[in-house]
Amino acid sequence: MTVVINPTGEVPATPVEPLPTTTVGRVRKGLTNPVASAIALVIGVAWTIPTAGLLVQSFRSKTGQDTKGWWTFSDLTLDNYRRVTSGTGNVLPYVVNSIAIVIPAAIIPIVVAALASYALVWIDFRGRDWIYVAIFALQVVPLQVAVVPLLRFVVNGAHLGSMTVIPKLGLAGTVGAVWLAHACFALPLAVFLMHNFMSEIPRDLLEAARLDGAGHGQIFRQIMLPLLRPALAAFGIFQFLWVWNDLFVGLVMSGSNNAISPITVKIAGLVGSTAGQGGEVVPAAAFLSIVIPLAVFIALQRFFVRGLLAGSVKG
Amino acid sequence: MAEVSYVEATCLYPGNPIPAVDSLNLDIKDGEFMVLVGPSGSGKSTALRMLAGLEDIASGEIRISGKDVSRRPPKDRDIAMVFQNYALYPHMSVAENMGFALKLKGVSKTERQDKVREAAKLLDLEKYLDRKPKALSGGQRQRVAMGRAIVREPSVFLMDEPLSNLDAKLRVETRANIAALQARLGTTTIYVTHDQVEAMTMGHRVALLKDGLLQQCDTPRNLYDRPANAFVAGFIGSPAMNLRTANLVPGGAQLGNIVLPLQNSVSEAARAAGVSTITLGVRPESFTVAQNGGSGLKLEVKLVEELGADAYVYGSLQGDDPADKHFIVRFDGRVPPRIGEVLDLDVQPGEEHAFHPETGERLG
Repeated sequence: MTVVINPTGEVPATPVEPLPTTTVGRVRKGLTNPVASAIALVIGVAWTIPTAGLLVQSFRSKTGQDTKGWWTFSDLTLDNYRRVTSGTGNVLPYVVNSIAIVIPAAIIPIVVAALASYALVWIDFRGRDWIYVAIFALQVVPLQVAVVPLLRFVVNGAHLGSMTVIPKLGLAGTVGAVWLAHACFALPLAVFLMHNFMSEIPRDLLEAARLDGAGHGQIFRQIMLPLLRPALAAFGIFQFLWVWNDLFVGLVMSGSNNAISPITVKIAGLVGSTAGQGGEVVPAAAFLSIVIPLAVFIALQRFFVRGLLAGSVKG
Repeated sequence: MAEVSYVEATCLYPGNPIPAVDSLNLDIKDGEFMVLVGPSGSGKSTALRMLAGLEDIASGEIRISGKDVSRRPPKDRDIAMVFQNYALYPHMSVAENMGFALKLKGVSKTERQDKVREAAKLLDLEKYLDRKPKALSGGQRQRVAMGRAIVREPSVFLMDEPLSNLDAKLRVETRANIAALQARLGTTTIYVTHDQVEAMTMGHRVALLKDGLLQQCDTPRNLYDRPANAFVAGFIGSPAMNLRTANLVPGGAQLGNIVLPLQNSVSEAARAAGVSTITLGVRPESFTVAQNGGSGLKLEVKLVEELGADAYVYGSLQGDDPADKHFIVRFDGRVPPRIGEVLDLDVQPGEEHAFHPETGERLG
């Protein structure tokens, strides 16, 4: 940020519009011209068309869906929505299940990753770089490979030969197993993101806080967490959307226990496995499941803007 | 109130066998304004950070008020530091920034507000207490950083190049303000800078470091008048002192076309050291136009810098190589010489400095 420095210091500085000197600045400048805006608009519309089509379909009867394209807007009915909000096809209890899964599954990795990256960035100990590399390297392990061993761990505990390393925790078939799985799979990326963000915070700030008498706990809570808010929110949104849309982990870890299955499992179950009957209600159910993540995204998107660090140091 | 002592204090960075600060011995008196100055990499900032508790001390001790604090964490040393980048907490208002240390100490809210307001008044920051740092100018941020240190009423202030991010004019102004503030508060202050003008104008005493070694610690006047070695001589003073290797000849040292008479003590020291050449130093302002025309030091003018009050003449002496550094002479700004002119100069008696040609130590 460039500021005008007034020699007397009396008048608050007015930021002047500087020529963009950074790559980001140049790119931003380049993207604000009308041609770029038009291109962005076209891309935006193109990417919205399938969703719009789905929305229209959700209001059309089976016959309409089967015989004519959605752009004809024919055979409109609210029947699909009636079917997915009542009776055997009711998805609403599963929305509640999904909420119960998604909130802890987003908060647990955020908390653990924030603490871990604080230690990895700011506490000097032997081998911390290797630990960081090892954690991030786990990102290459595909979820599909790890999920079965994880399920076995949840059901049986961890054993080495006949020796029990960790006893079974009684999580099998509970929502705790789903949280654990999501938290585990999220951690490598979460640690990576927070580590990178945290290491951009000037060391001076931490040293100033130490001189002011803050211990690690106080520095973490009062300095780092407020500054990390954009990163926490950004990762929180990612994790929320990922967990909300997840079918695989939810299906495996919930052990087909309807009381804890997420909405994605229910939606998948709406379609008969043999003839594909009942598929006409899927667009309506999908739309009900979109509402909540959409609201979350709109509410938190401003945190994507990382402006909080401006002004801490001159630059 | 506190005095500070470095006793053989050494700091090693991992992977580097050469100490960043090597066996530093330095006593700072109660209420003194001590400036640590040196080129980059001289260890001046490291020395300050050792005192702050931000760098480990490999050997030796640092004492504050006679107590060894070398192994204590920063918060138990009763010090406050002003950082080069100010290191203000970006998410806190000015008042919160200044009161943070007190809050951690558990000082009550009303007392905290009183102290913050008092410090803000001192620094002319009252209007900005509710602002965030990003809404302040560079000078204001700098004052907030000062305020954050003052509010805590520490026994020692540490300042790490606090002016280097300000523009030239504001720097001169703030320089005077900091010196005045320190005089008023009477708190022992250790101030790190690479700028010798800041060192000379602000410090009660100045300690000059190079490569982790203390070169000289003295009052600005003494540092200027009697530099302990050729490095100090070249570092202190702007423009820098002219330093030339000169042959010893009967009656003095050969400088250009003249034989510059040396003080007895210098000749004796040179004889005792068994050297046939010395490093001769003369400050740019130690010259006058020669009284007896034609007998003085001949200087061919190559370049003139006019600064208004003064004019600095860059020239070459008789017998100089083109590769030799220009010889600099201060002139009255109203009658600057022209380029190409040959000046006839006298050296003010007693204003020459002589150093050992190899060790650089002062002779005499």
